[in-house]
Order: sequence, then C-alpha cells, then structure tokens
Amino acid sequence: MTKSELIAKLAARFPQLVVKDAELSVKTVLDAMSDKLAAGERIEIRGFGSFSLNYRPPRLGRNPKTGTKVQVPEKYVPHFKAGKELRERVDVRD
Amino acid sequence: MTLTKADLADLLFEQVGLNKREAKDMVEAFFEEIRTSLEDGDSVKLSGFGNFELRQKSERPGRNPKTGEEIPITARRVVTFHASQKLKTQVDEAYAGTN
Repeated sequence: MTKSELIAKLAARFPQLVVKDAELSVKTVLDAMSDKLAAGERIEIRGFGSFSLNYRPPRLGRNPKTGTKVQVPEKYVPHFKAGKELRERVDVRD
Repeated sequence: MTLTKADLADLLFEQVGLNKREAKDMVEAFFEEIRTSLEDGDSVKLSGFGNFELRQKSERPGRNPKTGEEIPITARRVVTFHASQKLKTQVDEAYAGTN
C-alpha cells in the first residue's frame, strides 16, 4: 500500500469529506510524526506501536570505493517497535 | 512530551478543519488501514516517512531470562520499519544543530 492508496482508502471511509481532506490529514499526521522525532521525542500510538530514536556511537568506517578509513560521527536513527495489537494481527502462523 | 493519538486528532481539528469526532476517527482509521494492509501481508510505503515491511522469522533458541530455562522462540511474522532517507536526514540534521 502506498501513500496515495492510503489516502484513497481513508477518503472512502469518510464519504462526507472531500478527498483533499483525507490527503491533508495524511500529510498532517506524517509531518507531525517526523517533526516529533526530529525534536528528539517519542511517538506512542496505542495498538500500533512506538517510534523513538536509537543512538549510534561514532565509529571508524571505510570508504568502500577507496578502502580509506573514515571517522563516522555519532548519530540518532529512527526506531519503530510494534505494539501488541499490530504484533498479534501480523503474526499469522501456517 | 510524547506524541499520542489525541495530539494527532487535535492537529487534524486545528489544521485540516475536521470536527472533533472526525479528527479522532481519522487518526484511528489511519493506523487501522496500515494494520490491515500489514495483516494481509502487504507492506506499506509512505514516501517521505518510511516503509513498514514484513519479515518471516524462523524458530530460534531462546531463554527465559528469569529462570535461565531454554525455550524455543517460535517461528513468526514480524513488522519492521525502515525510515526514509528524508526522515533520517531530518533527524540527523536536527541533532547536529544541537551540538
């Protein structure tokens, strides 16, 4: 499912709204989530999951083309942990 | 402060002009559509934010951390999230700015 398919599904769920509202809603939610992580804070969506930042310490890396060593600075990367409901619904066993 | 569904609903009320009821339902529907897609085995690609993908994990040995007893971790299907380059850059630049 892509973002435009998600917008179409939401628009179909809310026939009283114009498609533009569904589109703007998706943009607003995703922007708010991105901004929150960029501010170094957490997102907790009950039944879906939580987003936080994971710390990556500085390390010595290598330029794969030239083989020279380069210092890779410390950084924070977004991390998602699925919540209970999502975990259980996705875990079909066969 | 942690961002929650209530905060997102407030934003839809303020910025999109949905009424309170619609805003709350829209936030719920947003995450429900993603859950349903993943449940059906279809990954979710939200350009500019990231991709939710499914991974099949095979059984592996595990341990009860309290008792030390060995118990297998059963095979399962799990969700993984890969942030987009845009989100990674946004997080990284914001952090660099605080140094």
